[in-house]
Order: sequence, then structure tokens, then C-alpha cells
Amino acid sequence: MTSLMALVVGVLYAAAIYMMLRRSIVKLVIGLVLLSNAANLLIFTAAGLRRDAPPLVPDDAQVPAGLVADPLAQALILTAIVIGFGVLAFAVVLIRRAYEVVEADDMHQMRDTDT
Amino acid sequence: MTRERRIPPPDRNALRTQSLILRTTGFFLLPLLLLFALFLLLRGHNAPGGGFIAGLVASAAIAVHLFAMSEAGARRVLRVDPRDLFAWGLILALVAGVLGLFSGQPFLTAHWLTVSLPVFGELKLGSPLLFDLGVFLVVVGTASTIIINLAEQDT
Amino acid sequence: MNLLVILPILIPLTAGALSLLGRHSQRVQAALAVIGSVALVASAVALLLATWEHGHIVTELGRWPAPFGIVLVSDLLAAIMILLSAVTGAATAFYSLGSISIAHRKGGYFPLMHLLLAGVNGAFLTGDIFNLYVWFEVMLVASFSLLILGGERAQMEGAVKYVTLNLVSSALFLSAIGLLYGLVGTLNMADIAVKLGEVDSGMTTVIAMLFMVAFGIKAAAFPFFFWLPASYHTPQVAVSALFAGLLTKVGVYALFRVFTLIFDMDDPLIHQVLLWGAGLTMITGVLGAAAQFEFRRILSFHIVSQIGYMMMGLALASVSVLALAGGIFYIIHHIIVKANLFFVSGLVYRLRGSYELKQLGGLYRDKPWLALLFLIPALSLAGMPPLSGFFGKFIVIRGGVEAGAWALVAAALVVGLLTLYSMTKIWAEVFWKAAPEHTASAPSGSNTLLYATVTGLALITVAIGLGAQPVLVLAQAAAEQLLDPTRYITAVLGEAP
Repeated sequence: MTSLMALVVGVLYAAAIYMMLRRSIVKLVIGLVLLSNAANLLIFTAAGLRRDAPPLVPDDAQVPAGLVADPLAQALILTAIVIGFGVLAFAVVLIRRAYEVVEADDMHQMRDTDT
Repeated sequence: MTRERRIPPPDRNALRTQSLILRTTGFFLLPLLLLFALFLLLRGHNAPGGGFIAGLVASAAIAVHLFAMSEAGARRVLRVDPRDLFAWGLILALVAGVLGLFSGQPFLTAHWLTVSLPVFGELKLGSPLLFDLGVFLVVVGTASTIIINLAEQDT
Repeated sequence: MNLLVILPILIPLTAGALSLLGRHSQRVQAALAVIGSVALVASAVALLLATWEHGHIVTELGRWPAPFGIVLVSDLLAAIMILLSAVTGAATAFYSLGSISIAHRKGGYFPLMHLLLAGVNGAFLTGDIFNLYVWFEVMLVASFSLLILGGERAQMEGAVKYVTLNLVSSALFLSAIGLLYGLVGTLNMADIAVKLGEVDSGMTTVIAMLFMVAFGIKAAAFPFFFWLPASYHTPQVAVSALFAGLLTKVGVYALFRVFTLIFDMDDPLIHQVLLWGAGLTMITGVLGAAAQFEFRRILSFHIVSQIGYMMMGLALASVSVLALAGGIFYIIHHIIVKANLFFVSGLVYRLRGSYELKQLGGLYRDKPWLALLFLIPALSLAGMPPLSGFFGKFIVIRGGVEAGAWALVAAALVVGLLTLYSMTKIWAEVFWKAAPEHTASAPSGSNTLLYATVTGLALITVAIGLGAQPVLVLAQAAAEQLLDPTRYITAVLGEAP
């Protein structure tokens, strides 16, 4: 399972970088979405894949019973997804505005500020 | 008053309000989702839930309402500017954190207050609830600002 | 104690929230900007004094004990950085009051400025690697919005590059955290440092390199700096100055923190990469600046080149304490001077309506006082004694001589000379040569606040230059703390790590 996940993560990174190298700014944002998802999946895989119970403490106990999954990795991913969502929402608004002022979905039209 | 008349008439300017099914379901989903959000917010301390997920559900309710009706309708549901919600949420969360500092303990340390009510029995009020409420408002404020602004740009 | 460590985050967050609530009243916003930034400076001074007296100050948020909860740690480096961010923030607040238009204020300028400061301070104080990521993102979201405030074409183009590269950097940072967590199973930086010492794995180097690339992009180090000169000259000048002073330095701070605390600088690969990175960053930055003829673009390229000096200090840290102290001294000097130069460029723009060197001129005759105010930070940047930049360069280079890194020392000297060339170019074009025929644009409004800000920062520059000894003592103490990670670890984890 871990090797399959590793493969998926690798493909996601590759796809993300491929998309980001395109000229279209829409594809650039798709690349960024893929990249952040690849990173989340990487955390999930690196933290260890196990078939354990959800990390919930029963009402009448102080510690969870038996083996439970690592909740921290999931918390990290949740936080990263939220942050990624916020930042990507911004990126979508940004490319929309950029499209309006540049009037082209093309990175090569955006070279005025380069040196 | 029949049920049909209470569902708002279609807004002729926006294409997405043409679906009667979406308008009808949107009309019923809004209170249900908001109630569910409240439930999630309150049960978040001993079971899965909390301010964050409640905020997401509430903003989903507002998004559904927006798609079914109009941007102005969504703003009417919120009653206040979503940016104000964000600011108040941040202040509430900070206040919940600062409560710990007054007793010389670190920022965000939880404090509990037990109130006995005649009917409900003992009720435990704690600064984590205040913090969750703050998170709830921040999430609703942020998500609605983004959604409403995007939708308003679109038309 | 608990209060002191949290205040630098609490004050800007509160000011930001209140400022957002009072967004309809210009008076409320202005008052909050002044009160918030002055209070921040006061709390930063108190924190630095307390840290100087007591050593590391640690607070466990929500009373969750380390390594399980999130800790905020103030050591000397963090406290110094907080003070610098507070001073830059205050300068920006005052400058903004005199320069940011009502339309931009209505776009949410002041709340975003406070939020940016909260993010920067959070990044300096946190002792948790994932929390560092979160603060980075807080800072980035605020900076994105500040960058496009106004919505002109150049801003959009610059922002697309800025946002993309920074998001790539965040994704790499996140990947590195994920791999690190998989390896050691903890996020507390002190705990990571302990546990990573017990792990013998090739992954360590991979993770170290991922961190270096991620922070290298944020710090605009070679070869990842292209986003910086493509975007920093596009926004409002107060925003440019705030970014130029603080944002890249957060990347540098993260490099300093991670590569002294978590990763072993004795690893020859890390050492070599940092050395080459430092040298090439210096040289490419200064050469890029030499080819530019736009005021703010020249300054932007110089940010890149100066980052090289700071990295040089870090690269030589394992051989020479003095080099690391020099790097810290350099950060102190650089933040003040660079922000000030951007502020001066804004004043020039207000007087003449252009940033293009070709269209400027004659300002020495019209405004000799402004010329002097430019000359102080400019000569300091180039490293003229007795200004702050001279001591910064001198200490770093002396560290380099101690470490025997002759090539890097030579590069640093040549880059200093080329910096002087760039500054002379600006001086000759903007101030000295006769004004071109068609310079009209009469100055609009009062510039008192702007002059006051620039003068204040120039005075700090002179003070750091004339009173270099106490600053050096402080920088050396901070460097010694950094080079002895056990003190940090004991402070966070308690007596028995």
C-alpha cells in the first residue's frame, strides 16, 4: 500500500510541475492545486499507513482503547487543506483579475515586470 | 399562505435562479444546515465537531442560498457584512485566549465556569467554547466573503 | 513572562481586527495604526530586555506541555527580529499615514498591514515547525493582498510570479515537514533536534535540502530569486518597503533557525551548498542591479545581493562564531537601511512623479535635505564607515578570513564595491545631474510624516554605526545561543532531554 501511495504522490508532483510549466495561467493554478494535494498525500503516507481505530476517547475513559491511528498527521493535513483552500481561492481571484487587465491567458504576455 | 408563495420569485437578471428545484431545496436547506451547524458547534468538545466544521457547514448553507437565490439574498441572510463577522470572530478567539493570561497561565489555557440551571442541571461553560465560537465566525466570515465577492464579480 | 512572549502576536492581531471593524472611519484606522505599532515596539523592547536578562523564554500555549503542544520560544535572535519587525512596522505605519490614498485604505490596507506583522512575529517566535508553516501562510496571504492593492497591470503581473513561487515554496516546506514527521514523529523543533540526532538515515540530508530550497525561495537566494525583482517594485511604496525590510528576512531567519538547531552544519554537503549559494546570491544580485535603471528595481536586486551576506554568515557558522554574529548584525543593519531606501524612493516619486532614473534629476539643488537622507542609507548599504553597513560587512568578512574562505571573502569585497557603484549611479542620476526639461509634477500634500519616518530610520542607521560595539555584543550573544542548541532544547523540553 505504501509503495502505491508513493507512486501516486510522485505522479501528482510530476503532473503538478508539468502543468506549472505551461504558458496558460489557468493551468498554472491547476498545477498549484495538484502540488498542494501532493504535499498533503505525502504527509499522509510518510506518517505511516495503518488500519487502526479512529483516535476517539470513549466517554468513560482517559485514554483511547487499543491501537488508534495517529491523529496528528490528520490534523496537519486538515490544516494544510484549509490553508491551501484559502490561498488557492486567492490565486483564482488573482488570475481572474490578471486575465482582465492583461487580456490573455498567457504567461508570455506578462513579461513587463521582468528584467 | 401557501408554501409556493413563500418561495421567492426568480430573479430575472441571473441565469442560475431559473431552476425551481434548486430554489425550493435551497429554501428548506438553509435553516436545516444552519441548525446542523449549531449542533456541530456545541457538540465539538467531546465528539467530532467544533467551530471550524460548523463554520464550513454554515457557509455552505449561505453558498447554497446564493446559488439558489442571489448575491443580495445571501447578504440579507447574513444581515451583517461578512468582514465584520471575521473581525468579531478574531476578537472573540483572542479574548478566549487572553482569559488564561489573567490568572498568570499561558495564552489559550482553558477556563471553565459551572452554572446550575433549574431545568438543564449543571452546565459547563468554558473558554474553549468562546474560542470555537470565534473560529466559527472567522470561518463563516472568510468563506462568505470569498464566495459572495466571486459571485458578484461574475455578474 | 507568558504575556511578554505572546504580546508581539497579540497586539497586531487585535489592532488588525479592530481596524477591520472600524474600516469606515479613517480616524479609527489611523489611531489604531499608531497605537498598535507603538505598542508593538514597546512590547518588543520589553521582550528583548527580558530575553537578555533571563535567557530563553518559553510559553506553552494552552498549558499543553512540550513536545505535545505548541510552544512559543523567545531567544535572542527571535527577540532581535521581533524588535526589527516592530520598528519597520512602526515606520511603515507612519509613512502610510502620509502616503496611502483613501481608496487604498478602503481596500483594507491597514488591517492587512497589521495581519502581516502578526504573521511575521509569529514566524519568529514559534518553536513548532508546523506552526512556522502556518505563520508563513498568514504572512503570505496578507502580503498577496497588499501586493495587488490598487490592481494595476504591473501589480497583477508581478503578483502572479510572486504568488506562484511562494506557493511552490510552501508546498516544498510542507513536504519537508511531512517527511520529517514520518522520520521522527514530532513537530516540536527542540524535540526534532534531539530525535534527529538518534536517527541515522539518508533521508536527513534530503529533508535538509528540501528545507533549504523552500526557505531559499522565501529568502530570494540564488537561484530562486527571480520573483523578487519582478514584483517588489510594483505595489505602493510603503508596501514595497515593508516587504523589502521584512519578508525575505523571515526566510533568512528560518534558515538560521533550522540549520543551527535541527540540522548539523558539519554535514559537508549542507556546508558547501550554503557557501556556494551565499557567493552566487551576492554576485548575481549586484550584477542584476548594475543593469537596472529604475529606482526600486535597483533596490530590489540589492536585497538579493545582501541576502548573500547573511547566508555567508550562516554558511561559516560551524567554523567561526564571529561570522554568524556578523550575519545577525547584517540582518539588523539591512532591515533598517533597505526599508529606508524604499521610503526615500517613494519621496522622490512624490516630488517628481517617476522612478525611472532617466527622467529624474536636480534633486540635490531642490531638496538638499532629502539628498542627505538618501546618502546615509545608501552609503551604509555600500559599506562606508562609520555607518552600520561597514560594520556588518566588516564582521562578516572578518569571520570569512577566520574561516579561511578566501573566495567568498573576495566575492564579498567585490560585491561591496559594485554596491557602491549602484548607489553612485542613483546619486548621480537622481540628485546630481541637472533635471530633464519636462519635470513638472508639483509636490502634492504635506510630506512631513514621510520626512520624519525617513529621518528616524536614518538616525537609527547612524546610531548602529556609531554604537556598533553594543550591537555587536548582542549579535555575538545571539550567535553563541544559536551555536549551542542544547540551551534551546533544555529550555523547551525541561532538564532531561
